[in-house]
Amino acid sequence: MSKKTKMIWNVGLIAALLGLLFLLEQVMLPSSMLFIVLKKGAIYALVAVSMNLLNGFTGLFSLGQAGFMLLGAYTYAILTIPVESRASVYQYFDGGIVQFAIPVPLALIAGGIVAAIFAYLIGLPVLRLKSDYLAIATLGFAEIIRAVFQWDKLGPLTNGSNLLRSFPTFQSVLFPFIVAGICIAVIVLLINSTYGRAFKAIRDDEVAAEAMGINLAHHKRLAFVISSFFAGISGGLLAMYQTTIQAATFESAMTYEILLIVVIGGIGSVTGSCLSAFLFIACSEWWLRFLDNENLFIGSFHVPLLRPGFRKVVFSVIIMAIVLFYRKGIMGDKEFSVGAIANFFKKRFGKKKTAGGGASNE
Amino acid sequence: MSRENVLKVENITMQFGGVIAVDNMNLEVNKGEIVSLIGPNGAGKTTAFNVITGVYAPTNGAVYYKGTKIIQNHPQGKMKKLYHGENPMTYTGQRALAPTPDKITKLGIARTFQNIRLFKSQTVFENILIAKHLRRTSNVFTATFRLNAKEEAQMRAECEELLKIVDLTDVRDELATSLPYGKQRHLEIARALATKPELLLLDEPAAGMNPQETLELTEFIGRIRDEFGLTIFMIEHHMDLVMEISDRIYVLDFGKPIAEGTPEEVRSNPRVIEAYLGGAQDE
Repeated sequence: MSKKTKMIWNVGLIAALLGLLFLLEQVMLPSSMLFIVLKKGAIYALVAVSMNLLNGFTGLFSLGQAGFMLLGAYTYAILTIPVESRASVYQYFDGGIVQFAIPVPLALIAGGIVAAIFAYLIGLPVLRLKSDYLAIATLGFAEIIRAVFQWDKLGPLTNGSNLLRSFPTFQSVLFPFIVAGICIAVIVLLINSTYGRAFKAIRDDEVAAEAMGINLAHHKRLAFVISSFFAGISGGLLAMYQTTIQAATFESAMTYEILLIVVIGGIGSVTGSCLSAFLFIACSEWWLRFLDNENLFIGSFHVPLLRPGFRKVVFSVIIMAIVLFYRKGIMGDKEFSVGAIANFFKKRFGKKKTAGGGASNE
Repeated sequence: MSRENVLKVENITMQFGGVIAVDNMNLEVNKGEIVSLIGPNGAGKTTAFNVITGVYAPTNGAVYYKGTKIIQNHPQGKMKKLYHGENPMTYTGQRALAPTPDKITKLGIARTFQNIRLFKSQTVFENILIAKHLRRTSNVFTATFRLNAKEEAQMRAECEELLKIVDLTDVRDELATSLPYGKQRHLEIARALATKPELLLLDEPAAGMNPQETLELTEFIGRIRDEFGLTIFMIEHHMDLVMEISDRIYVLDFGKPIAEGTPEEVRSNPRVIEAYLGGAQDE
């Protein structure tokens, strides 16, 4: 399949997806579970891909994602709360010190930039560490950030441990899809560029990469900063989705959720991360809900064991099964693409498709 | 004969704790030469390579590349007291130079490894393409948004060319680690060549090869030297290979250089024979 046809297919599929979402929104109730899953799934897909860029493509095992999301979320919220509602939001801090509001897109980008700046500064000492030590250091950073943002002395800026609210949110499911889609597209472009190849080289063999002239410190920092930038943006999106934010909710369990999505999707697979983000969110928020219902009857049979919280038990079992039977995650390090599907069909039904060939699945 | 000096190693000593791995080594490699470094196991050959390529900062001494000093150090800190080597004062007071390996590679010194280090999850072509990253002019933005398409296309074209020269075109899209051993060696050399070096350091290129593969490699090394106008400095144990293609040979024993000269001179040097070459004379 030539590059051009692949391009047409990709653009067509994306347009079809957006069109479908638009139609669904017209037909279904906006409070439907489906939309909740789609919105949250899109946000988690973005943050999972950004984590994959670091863990899967550069080989840096970092667990600071929740911290960077917090930075993005707070930056977004602080910069967009309308001036007239600041007095009520910052009721304990005389309306706070920020007395202006900027447009939503700018605030989202600002959230990314703040996260990136912090990543740069943290990266200077922390990126000298390797594997587990790096994970511990970044996890520590995320926890520190969470604590600092709840500090009363920073109240005029962060509202202490109180909620931030009243900032602009989104209604349509298209908004997180488009923003996350653009960000993921940029990450994919980066991964397939010469810098992405350098990242993969560092993952495969640091010593050889350095001997081939790849400046380790510079490239690791680059990956860390870029990954944090997109984590910051997804933090902003999460704030919009939740409509209120509080530093206490960005705990390390959130990072583990994201790590789980990355692992289930396949370390080193962008499409795997996206797929598993939606599956993960759907399972944890929607599909397993019925397990929480104590009075579930099948016919006249009263299903035992069920009680509020039971879905989490089942969910954990499912995750264990996935990790046991799909060692490399759903996608491994492969990608899901038009070219790959075409190749798959070509192999299966040899003669049907003759126009294939040369479609690498990256 | 006053040919241009490509590499000059001056009074290099590398001491790890109490062990002196390389002791006051001096050597020169001239333009267009193939120079070999030989010596029994544990003589400090790979350490010498690691010093030249910036993996280790030497304890004492300096390295020059094309007349410019690129590496220099003198015993510092804890080593001030521990140092057992010679010339401890020569470089004291001068600024220490310890560039990282990527900077050395950028200068034009490429290397291969004793135990093959290819990028495992990448194809043959991508392995070579990665080495082209070094000579990029794009930054991360222009690369991400494909504003460097021209450069990218040129990189790819150069890699295809290189694949042809090293005869790996037919396995272009295979995983690097799925190649047979001999081909992996060729690929590693090709990858080093992709950084456009002037000086190529080969660390035991024929290790683990059978006589047939060694023969091919001998021919290969000679060919790339001529084709790319390279200077080659290598460590090797296969005496057939060393004796056949080396212009000059340095012999290292327990970190100390014990002999140097043409293959004939080294072959008949009693100190070398004593150190280890005895068996090789029969070949």
